[in-house]
Amino acid sequence: MRKSAADPKGVLSGSHFLDGDHALAEGALAAGCRFFAGYPITPSTETAERFAERCPAVGGLFIQMEDEIASVAALIGAAWGGQKVMTVTSGPGFSLMMENIGLAVMTETPMVIANVQRAGPSTGLPTLPAQQDMMQVRWGSQGDYRVIALCPDSPQECFDLAVEAFNLSETYRVPTFIMTDETVGHMHEKVVIPPADQIGVVGRNWYQGPKADYRPYQFTGKDVAPMVKAGDGYRFHITGLTHDERGYPNLTVEQNEKVVTHLIEKIDSNADRIIRLDEDEIEGAEVVVISYGITSRIASRAVQLAREAGIKTGSLRLITIWPFAEKRIAELAGKIKGFVVPEINYGQMVREVERSAAGQCKVVGVGHCGGAVHDPEEILAAIQEAAK
Amino acid sequence: MHEVRFSGFGGQGIVRCALITGKALAMYDDKYATMTQSFGPEARGGACSSQLVVSESRVQYPYVTEPGVLVALSQDAYNKYEPQLRDGGILIYEENLVKPIGDTGRTQVYPAPVTRFAEELGNRLFANLVTLGVFTAITRIVTPDAMKKALPGLVPDRFLPVNIKAFDRGYEYGLELLERHPLARGVAP
Amino acid sequence: MNMNDQTFRVESPMAEFLRMERMPHIWCPGCGIGTVVNSFAEAVKKSNIDMDKLAVVSGIGCTGRVAGYVKLDSLHTTHGRAIPVATGLKLANPELKVVVVSGDGDLFGIGGNHFIHAARRNMDIVVICVNNFTYGMTGGQLTPTTPQTANASTTPYGNYEYPFSLPFLADACGATYVARWTSLHARNITKSIREAFNHKGFSFIEVIAPCTTLYQRRNRLGDGLDALNYYKEEAEVGQEIDTRDVGIDFQSEIRMGRFVKRDKPTYYEAVNERYANVLGDDYQLYGMSKPEREEKARREAEERIRMQALLEEEEARLLAEDIGTDEEGV
Repeated sequence: MRKSAADPKGVLSGSHFLDGDHALAEGALAAGCRFFAGYPITPSTETAERFAERCPAVGGLFIQMEDEIASVAALIGAAWGGQKVMTVTSGPGFSLMMENIGLAVMTETPMVIANVQRAGPSTGLPTLPAQQDMMQVRWGSQGDYRVIALCPDSPQECFDLAVEAFNLSETYRVPTFIMTDETVGHMHEKVVIPPADQIGVVGRNWYQGPKADYRPYQFTGKDVAPMVKAGDGYRFHITGLTHDERGYPNLTVEQNEKVVTHLIEKIDSNADRIIRLDEDEIEGAEVVVISYGITSRIASRAVQLAREAGIKTGSLRLITIWPFAEKRIAELAGKIKGFVVPEINYGQMVREVERSAAGQCKVVGVGHCGGAVHDPEEILAAIQEAAK
Repeated sequence: MHEVRFSGFGGQGIVRCALITGKALAMYDDKYATMTQSFGPEARGGACSSQLVVSESRVQYPYVTEPGVLVALSQDAYNKYEPQLRDGGILIYEENLVKPIGDTGRTQVYPAPVTRFAEELGNRLFANLVTLGVFTAITRIVTPDAMKKALPGLVPDRFLPVNIKAFDRGYEYGLELLERHPLARGVAP
Repeated sequence: MNMNDQTFRVESPMAEFLRMERMPHIWCPGCGIGTVVNSFAEAVKKSNIDMDKLAVVSGIGCTGRVAGYVKLDSLHTTHGRAIPVATGLKLANPELKVVVVSGDGDLFGIGGNHFIHAARRNMDIVVICVNNFTYGMTGGQLTPTTPQTANASTTPYGNYEYPFSLPFLADACGATYVARWTSLHARNITKSIREAFNHKGFSFIEVIAPCTTLYQRRNRLGDGLDALNYYKEEAEVGQEIDTRDVGIDFQSEIRMGRFVKRDKPTYYEAVNERYANVLGDDYQLYGMSKPEREEKARREAEERIRMQALLEEEEARLLAEDIGTDEEGV
């Protein structure tokens, strides 16, 4: 997709000392998001608050909905009303969103949803970090589908990835997630927002053609159909039911196969274009630590200690969580002794690493309960074990 | 690299202390600064702390593990965090609210009547800015100029002049303290 | 497709309004939803509104299928969520007229929370509820409007729950236009829909309608015609009715009419007013300046007046015709 410069109106160019939550809102505004529907929940509320404060002067609208179900529903309406849309939440709210995330997936409605993860299950530890929703984001709504999920490790990356999430969401007409956590959400660091003309923004791919020929869907498994907005005379229809290119219900197994394989393939076949990784000293490494989000920054200390102890340790940070970087990991698995996978849960992404490594090397998970980050020593011990 | 912890009870502006200092460092002193906070769900009362990691290069590990500087504005905070202060570290505390448990000479201590100074300026709410003045003078981790530049947006506009006054009051007092008890190695750990 | 089908699709008076390629619809013989769709189409035609600027949002269920049949921008959403989707659609593109058409179970069971909040906000949408007292698509279960003692598949010994009285609920929540009719009163439904189109704010129209396959049969109430006879006998139009007095018991009297019509700034107007007050000329929602907003509001107000005049003129004509017929009949 072609990028153009951001609308300067939404871009707060310059240096700021911001937390991740605020940076998410700035990223959304820079990306051209002008509609935000949300429901307050710790530790994500600051994003909604910032959007609410900033949007009137930027030409955007914020609405506090009655719950997170309604929030995502409103995003679907607003996206087909022509806006770029976003919401933000955490654990319990994320669970409520699952229903309409499914509708967004099925209707191929672009939207960005940030989950500032906190420790669960249920209400859990509302003010403390976790990475326990990594599989929920992938599988949480019913049925077979794919989504895109990104994982920032700093306020700066909250800004950068918010822009990227909108770009991906528009390109593939798919709900795109920013899976951050309480620590990054509330951590303050310098955030540099570039001038608007240096921020590449993917605009909506508007349909241009005869009205009668408009089809909201094309099931190619590669590209997605252009969109229109309500009020422009296309008289489009969308439904959560299995549908044909016109968006009309077609309740057959054959059509369901067409739709579902398209939803899957439009992401899988473009995985190489979507996936971004941050690799460090991978060449010649014996052990590679795979981590994401806040845990990457904890792991960096363990990696440094391991290197000081003479273990050739590489680091692979997953910026894109879904689609999963299975090709790269399979490739590395044949060259190293083992992967170490620390995460603030008891084994979610490590399963993907195991699946991708397919027995070629050791995979040592370092689970951790929600509410706190790892002690780098735990990760170091795992690196030492993997290096044996 | 410096690790700094501000601590006290909720409502004393502890989080704001780290925010102002972090912003000053990151935006006006050309340093890398990462600020984290931890407190319970309650917004007022209870022990509260905020942390800053300051570095010449990008901060990877964001947490304070062995702080070289501890600012304690309450007894609870002192009791909880003093043992984590590294040997030779700097302890700045509110002398009317904290009673240190003996001076073993393990750390370098700087008591300051920050609340009283704040009250003299009209409101005890300015105690955090007095504290930051003392902190800036003693540790020299951040420049006073940067600190003042960082204030707009983090204190209400109408209270900006009095907050600057509070900072200056603390800064002067910090210099006096430093003159009496220079830092052991001349720089903050 | 045979020739008759084709002719039907092209020549049907509804061809302009319905997606004829989707006919036949799924509704049962005697079902009241079709009447509501007809009245809706009639209202659209008569009010002469721009169909390109009219969008329909439905939830799930028999009535939820309306969105799929109307030849308009239409969104068939998840169960109970039509109203928040409509809210997003309206706010993202305020020039649209957004109409929610859904059933009692969808709007007031699973979607009840959304209804009360959209009414509270005076969100500028029209909500038409086809109330047949049951979940038709899933086989005749209890809904929040099923009268006491009525039989449903999940109250096989008769209903013991207290039902909602929908106009009372809507009124209490802040709806600024509230009306109720039965599916026998097609002309009144049409008129109400036209009034709702002209009304600024949250408009709610309840249409009591038969579910012949499930509710009627399960309660031994006969077929669609029997239902219409019941409405004819028991439905009463009243003036100045208090919404506290319009509850419906099993096969009881049904009080109908326009119960509420009041002026109150809509959500969108309230947003604009608040921000314009605070931010002045800096406030430009979706890039629209204050003069542009005022111009738009002025145009819309004129349009409402024009449509209201049209409506009243036609009502007067119909009334005259009715009287004429009666006189001749006598």
